[in-house]
Amino acid sequence: MNNRTLEQKNPKGMTLIVKTITRLTVGLILLYGIYIVLHGHISPGGGFAGGVIIALCFIHLMLAFGREVALKKISQGVVSVLESFGAIMFLSIALLGFWGGYFFFNFFLHKGKPFELFSAGIIPLCNIAICLKVGAGLFAIFTVLVLFKGLGEKG
Amino acid sequence: MELQILLLFMIFAAIVAVQIEDLLSSVIAVGALGLGLSLAFLILKAPDLAITQLVVEILCLIILIRATINKDLPVIRDGRWFFNTASTLLFIILFLIFAYFALQELPRFGQPIMRVAQNYINQGLEKTGATNIVAAIILDFRGYDTLGEATVLFTAVMGVLAVMRRVGRKKSSSMV
Repeated sequence: MNNRTLEQKNPKGMTLIVKTITRLTVGLILLYGIYIVLHGHISPGGGFAGGVIIALCFIHLMLAFGREVALKKISQGVVSVLESFGAIMFLSIALLGFWGGYFFFNFFLHKGKPFELFSAGIIPLCNIAICLKVGAGLFAIFTVLVLFKGLGEKG
Repeated sequence: MELQILLLFMIFAAIVAVQIEDLLSSVIAVGALGLGLSLAFLILKAPDLAITQLVVEILCLIILIRATINKDLPVIRDGRWFFNTASTLLFIILFLIFAYFALQELPRFGQPIMRVAQNYINQGLEKTGATNIVAAIILDFRGYDTLGEATVLFTAVMGVLAVMRRVGRKKSSSMV
């Protein structure tokens, strides 16, 4: 019953099967992306791969439910702000290194124990900045390409 | 041995992707090539690269499928197949001859001669505290390179957004 009402509310997008599977998996994909980013300095992964996975989560939503639903979750303006914020955050982490003497100085002098989440100084922060930049940037590119495809069909 | 089989599979997928008529089949062959590359990175013990290659491949595949589906591009065939084949063979033979002399000078596979990289591997954990040596190198020792790479990606995104922006389009071709 609930599914049927959702189906009527969102007539755009793919079939009911795809929408149900998407509703089940999209949160797990987002969680996996965040895990990859936060554990980038401990296990394989890192900011770039995690950012692409997070962007793929929203692209998944957009493919299954149509453009409006995905852009309601995260709009184009928010994406632009997030991408610029990521770039500025990475640059400012690099510039803060001058506090210790040189570019990209690891300014947390206490680096923590290995294999812990809060260790390795600036590396997790850099991972988060790269994740914001890459994820928002690729999602923005995909959104623009989808919009452009609609334009080509109309005109 | 697995690596050689994978490389043969990737070469086969690349030839299929170039030669096949249907665009969607070509895109799928490119996807198979990318997955083979991801597995090759995994066999060469580079899990970071394997994860990155896998997710980027999926993203590219989605974009390419959306770009090529329902789209009929004309196949261009010209009559100069003899000249094309001959010039391609000539360049392949020239490349192989020069590669034979050039590749003899390289160090053997898996035996690098870079002293600096050995230094990074030995001191990476105690100097940065990161147990993933790849993250330690790209974000700490070689952070400047990563900053440049991030700048390249930022510029590319800005370029795409500027070329395909909504503002300034003609009213007749406006969307939605």
